[in-house]
Amino acid sequence: MKKERYTISVFTEDIVGILNRVTIIFTRRKINIESIAASESEIPNIHRYTLVISEAEDMVKKVVLQLEKQVEVVKAVYHKDSEVVYQEIALYKVPTEVLLSGGEAEKIVRAHHARVLSVEPAFTVIEKTGHKAETQALFDELEPYGMLEFVRSGRVAITKPMKTLKSIVEELENIQD
Amino acid sequence: MLEPFHVPPKVVLQMNFKMNKMETLEVKNTMPKLGLMTGSQAVVQALIAEGVDLMFGYPGGAIMPVYDALYDVEEELKHVLARHEQGAVHAAQGYARATGKVGVCLATSGPGATNLITGIADAQIDSTPLVCITGQVASHLLGTDAFQETDVVGISMPVTKWNFQVTRAEEIPMAIAKAFYIARSGKPGPVLVDITKDAQFGEVDFNYVPFTGMRSYQPKPKLDLDSVKAAANLINSAKRPFILFGQGIILSDAEKEFKAFIEKTGIPSAWTILGLSALESDHYLNVGMLGMHGNYAPNKLTNECDVLIAVGMRFDDRITGDLSRYAKQAKIIHIEIDPSEVSKNVHADIPVIADAKEALLELSKIVDEKTHTEWLEKFSALEKEEYEVVIENELFPSTEKLTMGEVINEINVQSDHNNIVVTDVGQHQMMSCRYFKFKQTKSMITSGGLGTMGFCLPAAIGAKMGQPNKQVVAVIGDGGFQMTLQELGTMFQYGVDVKIVVLNNEFLGMVRQWQEMFFEKRYASTIMINPDFQTIVSGYGITTKKVVKREELADAVKEMLSHKGAYFLEAAVGQENNVFPMVPTGASVSEIRLK
Repeated sequence: MKKERYTISVFTEDIVGILNRVTIIFTRRKINIESIAASESEIPNIHRYTLVISEAEDMVKKVVLQLEKQVEVVKAVYHKDSEVVYQEIALYKVPTEVLLSGGEAEKIVRAHHARVLSVEPAFTVIEKTGHKAETQALFDELEPYGMLEFVRSGRVAITKPMKTLKSIVEELENIQD
Repeated sequence: MLEPFHVPPKVVLQMNFKMNKMETLEVKNTMPKLGLMTGSQAVVQALIAEGVDLMFGYPGGAIMPVYDALYDVEEELKHVLARHEQGAVHAAQGYARATGKVGVCLATSGPGATNLITGIADAQIDSTPLVCITGQVASHLLGTDAFQETDVVGISMPVTKWNFQVTRAEEIPMAIAKAFYIARSGKPGPVLVDITKDAQFGEVDFNYVPFTGMRSYQPKPKLDLDSVKAAANLINSAKRPFILFGQGIILSDAEKEFKAFIEKTGIPSAWTILGLSALESDHYLNVGMLGMHGNYAPNKLTNECDVLIAVGMRFDDRITGDLSRYAKQAKIIHIEIDPSEVSKNVHADIPVIADAKEALLELSKIVDEKTHTEWLEKFSALEKEEYEVVIENELFPSTEKLTMGEVINEINVQSDHNNIVVTDVGQHQMMSCRYFKFKQTKSMITSGGLGTMGFCLPAAIGAKMGQPNKQVVAVIGDGGFQMTLQELGTMFQYGVDVKIVVLNNEFLGMVRQWQEMFFEKRYASTIMINPDFQTIVSGYGITTKKVVKREELADAVKEMLSHKGAYFLEAAVGQENNVFPMVPTGASVSEIRLK
């Protein structure tokens, strides 16, 4: 089967060590996690991990079931890129002087709709949100001017077709009663 | 029995006390004490509240407070001192497998905890309910490479169903309650609770509330009656249906329901080695063992059936052989409690995600009563072929040396199929699975998924202590015996009556067989120059006998089985004997070889 990119959303109880349990499921099958983002969800005490992997769907299905099997995983789902709205954020630290001259670098920042977050005498921090291709394009153009530091976040994704987490949790809690 | 020398009087007293108590290990309805107490007392009271009356372990610095608390409750909660933590955890597994209860073991931090890992991994892959409690360095020392500190929560994470680190005494009652709930519910498995030393010393107002559930964990999936109906329709229309059953039958107490189901439908049924003993060996629909060294008929006919019904098993690669040529002609029904096992290895046309007992009860109501005489005859014909080529020669050989099969058969015949058999891993294990016959469930205890050599002796100790009224026969190879033979000390101290049978071929036999078949007989590191086992075992006060000649065998087995107390029987068996039939790696099940 063909490998495709999938976004896996894992909802867990807020417990020390659960991230480790989640990543083990991937590493034991030698699946590379391309990006990972951890945060709260809309429900108190339920955390959400967003992971991106490239694998065949059949494999992704098995992994998701093994994720759900973990005692403290509330729910795990997977989606293709077309089924999620997703975003990443990138920060770029460049020498301030390249922007001061009013030359190409400033035009590049404008053309990419990037934002300047912070200006210091020695460096300027620029922010750009978007898909990886977009943040990478800005990186490629700025790099010749001197890239002091660069960081890109993991993907965060909102799923299009999913039931609300609230309704899933309510269902699970009702089974308990 | 040999008397131990130079033992302090208190130890002798304790030994006698324990030995006498061996026969009366029945569960007492002991109520836990409540109120203000230390964390370590809370551990002990929580165990009592969970109905634990026997546990296995090994003390050390970081778990000493719990041991100190155990000293006060010796009457209610007996602790068996193993000789190595691996021995303790395998004993807890043997206990759990023989009784159906949760096995409990206790170890200290660092090496004590890491020595448990093999047993935990074994319990994880074989779905054995275990609660392992480990001591940990004080919480302010965590992460500092303190003496005997190891990150056991991290290390055990891939091989536990759940684990948790306790750093405050107040967390103990809930952690233990949750541990037992998770270990025994749904698909059972091992859990580990790591308790820092300061939490053991800390104070807690103990009030035990059993754990009843959590939203993120649904141990028993709700039975979907539509899938049951779909399965019944398929079964009713099948011409050559075939059942594969595994340990799921035993774990869900579904032996009776399973038998009723197969008797109504008349479907031939074959077992995985963990499913062995769930259905009596001589049942007319029991067509034998699946897998690499299983029986000829069930392997061959897997690729001829039209409907394959898998119950409580997970299509391990040792069962399926080459997946691309496995039962491709059949529609597959998979009754399984763990959704992640369904369609993992073999695609299920009709998944029934449920507890086996519930599913079989519902299914039995709506399936047609049938017989499959012609189809069963196909099994008989192949069975006959296997008997003539393999079984007869193994059980009634004309070779000079004894065979493993004939030793097993002799035990079988003399004990009327009523033993609990515990095995190690290798040729003797496959022979035991093939040739021991069973009447009662939970009578076969073996390391299936992990294939852990050294499992047998300690597991047999645990099984005997859990089922003191049953005869426990431990069948071990000369390799595996030497992996955990320190547990003879445990047998000695507690007077554990296990009949040890070492089938000695002076080889690591299974590896040697592969070397013979697939590595041009290049016997790299499989030859064993063994010590005199009888001398060693005699040192532990155990009666021993060695048989070399065929004519000695029957009497030796008779003596062993009628001997009061532990017994060691060594049988010198043919050095280069092989286990057949065999499905070579990469072959299809229907390519099973008789020689």
